[in-house]
Amino acid sequence: MTSSKQALARSATSADAAPGSQPGAARRADGRGTPPPGPGSWRSRLYRWDMKASPYAFVAPFFIFFGAFGLIPLLYTAWYSLHNVQLSNLDQQTWVGLDNYKNLMSSDFFWGALQNTFTIGVISTVPQLLMALGIAHLLNYKLRGSTVWRVVMLTPYATSVAAATLVFVLLYSWDGGMINWLLHFIGVDPVNWRESTWGSQFAVSSIVIWRWTGYNALIYLAAMQAIPADLYESASLDGAGRWQQFRHVTIPMLRPTILFTVVVSTIGATQLFGEPLLFGGVSGSKGGSEHQYQTLGLYMYDQGWIIGNLGKASAIAWTMFLILLIVAAINLLINRRLRKTQ
Amino acid sequence: MRTSTRGSRRLMALAAVAALTTGLLAGCAEDSDDGSSDSDGGSGGGKTTLTIGTFGVFGYKQAGLYDEYMKQHPDITIKENVTTRTDVYWPKTLTRLQAGAGTDDIQAIEVGNVAEAVQTQGDKFVDLGKDVDKSQWLDWKTAQATTKDGKTIGLGTDIGPMAVCYRKDLFKAAGLETDRTKLAAQWKGDWSKYVDVGKDYMKKAPKGTKFVDSAASVYNAALGGESERYYDKDGNVVWDKSDGVKTAWDASMKVATSNMSAKLKQFDKPWDQAFANGGFATVACPAWMLGYIQEKSGDSGKGKWDVAAAPTAANWGGSFIGVPTAGKHQKEAVALAKWLTAPEQQAKVFGKQASFPSTPSAYASLKPQAATTTFFSNAPITQIFSDSAKTIPTQIFGVKDQPINTAISDIGILQVEQKGKTPEQGWDAASKEIKDVLGQ
Repeated sequence: MTSSKQALARSATSADAAPGSQPGAARRADGRGTPPPGPGSWRSRLYRWDMKASPYAFVAPFFIFFGAFGLIPLLYTAWYSLHNVQLSNLDQQTWVGLDNYKNLMSSDFFWGALQNTFTIGVISTVPQLLMALGIAHLLNYKLRGSTVWRVVMLTPYATSVAAATLVFVLLYSWDGGMINWLLHFIGVDPVNWRESTWGSQFAVSSIVIWRWTGYNALIYLAAMQAIPADLYESASLDGAGRWQQFRHVTIPMLRPTILFTVVVSTIGATQLFGEPLLFGGVSGSKGGSEHQYQTLGLYMYDQGWIIGNLGKASAIAWTMFLILLIVAAINLLINRRLRKTQ
Repeated sequence: MRTSTRGSRRLMALAAVAALTTGLLAGCAEDSDDGSSDSDGGSGGGKTTLTIGTFGVFGYKQAGLYDEYMKQHPDITIKENVTTRTDVYWPKTLTRLQAGAGTDDIQAIEVGNVAEAVQTQGDKFVDLGKDVDKSQWLDWKTAQATTKDGKTIGLGTDIGPMAVCYRKDLFKAAGLETDRTKLAAQWKGDWSKYVDVGKDYMKKAPKGTKFVDSAASVYNAALGGESERYYDKDGNVVWDKSDGVKTAWDASMKVATSNMSAKLKQFDKPWDQAFANGGFATVACPAWMLGYIQEKSGDSGKGKWDVAAAPTAANWGGSFIGVPTAGKHQKEAVALAKWLTAPEQQAKVFGKQASFPSTPSAYASLKPQAATTTFFSNAPITQIFSDSAKTIPTQIFGVKDQPINTAISDIGILQVEQKGKTPEQGWDAASKEIKDVLGQ
């Protein structure tokens, strides 16, 4: 112990004693990996090449995969959307120009799906984020067994869409489902959860809410824990209660996080697919007999894989992409606005 | 204190990571829960692995046919890739056929898709007509899998001859005839007569029960007995002018507007439950549905169900198996397909799974499982179904048969049945949907 300390001390003094001396400098240089002398040598060229190329090599896998499974399909879909392509005859494509898009613009099903996507998105995202915020706030208190509570919050997220939705289908079943049974006790007539417009949209939203609330709550919780405790301390010294602390300290500090979850949830809501598909059971891609909960995702799936009209399905895909861009732009604007007012 | 919070925070982070990973894994599991995996195709150790792609339950494995074949042919290993949902199976198969890669050595084709396969994928399948004695099969069955230039792309497996399964105990409680032959005579020839029996049933229906599971099932059953469906012989769409469609539609509308339906969607969970709870008294049952009814009703239905002949000889469902030209072991695959669809093997599948053979010579030797017989009150099911099978008309299928059928049953009929629309409104909704399907 003492000897090693002495050794350290000695080396330190020796380095101090001879600043910039040859061996010390060399050692330091080696440590940093400076090329050996002799520019133009094979090693130095390799080294320079390594410096320049390595970062690209390290990021390449992502871009290669993105190119293969993202970009090329994206462009190919754009190409498809300008053709009449049938699933049963992929080799024969006839150019139709913008007909698929025109067809969409005049299709009631498309506008219906757009509207459903919007309403289901709103009635699932808004309560979901509000609840997540509240839950995160509660979890942020010192609780007995807080880890357990936090893990429990995440379990819905860890269940698969299929499993969750199948359970919900049973709960919402029209005849003998648990929810109608409970409604019966408070004197409400049974609701046909699958075929009524609001009922079905509410049911689908509830599955989304159930699955994602805990996930968002954990994101909020993480952000809340990053808020310095002295902010709360000084707030409570000023006489602020829990609720006031939440409103005037927590929420402003969480603003960037809230924006992030809003963007992510909006994108998720625009792409909503699995829940309504499985909720519909057999022929679920229609989203109910009046398409009352058919989202854009379902409409695309129905057109492409059930009906087999890939050209039109591609047009829907691209329209969805454009809608997402618009949503992102709106978010950006709001974001900028908020930052200015801050 | 401090260490404990840090510890719990780390625990939480761990838990979060674990949850996220399981979420991802669950996601994967879900994607692949159709249970299909690509064929390894290779012949390892002198053995040829044949893969067979099916959907739902084909009963080959259940009846032990694969094991039997592998015992007879030690150099062959058979692997079945099952996709549970037809609507997932078929698009996947279509794309693989056209890519010329990833298909199984044998690929199953559902009757609703066979027209599409014949008309658009004919060149992607081996012509099986030369290798087999086509007279083994019911004529209409082979005709459905034969292209215009006479190429047979699939061998018939099962068919779905129709009967009516009914709850004897409920019929008795409602004061109706319970004898299967007398009942069959009451509704013989027309599904509307069957609906009339339903009206009688509803007059004294036991509490909480309905006459039939859904209007759509009556539609399907009635349409299954018509030769003209949505397309004519030349492949033109005639769904709005078709007599068959009109007859079936009218019968189903009588059901949908008269409160005799339990308003369920077939193959949904609540439908399954209704079997166990005795929610409805009758269901139009193709042979393959017997196993389903037995399974879902459980012991509660034992001996209470009975089977009577349907108003018309009708077919609902059934499949084919074909050998894609993209397969690596075509010769072996053809031999296996031939063996699997031979009358003896079809009879074995019937014994296990009640899938009805498409080869008439098997009918004499059909032996249903003892459990099935007792479950259905000793009804002579083989007799009832083979009588129906022999008189089923040849049905013409078209490329978009499946989506048109969905539009009528799950849009048109459902709107009338569940949302109280008028039959005209239901028909208009279905028409609009079909126009969308056909890209008109």
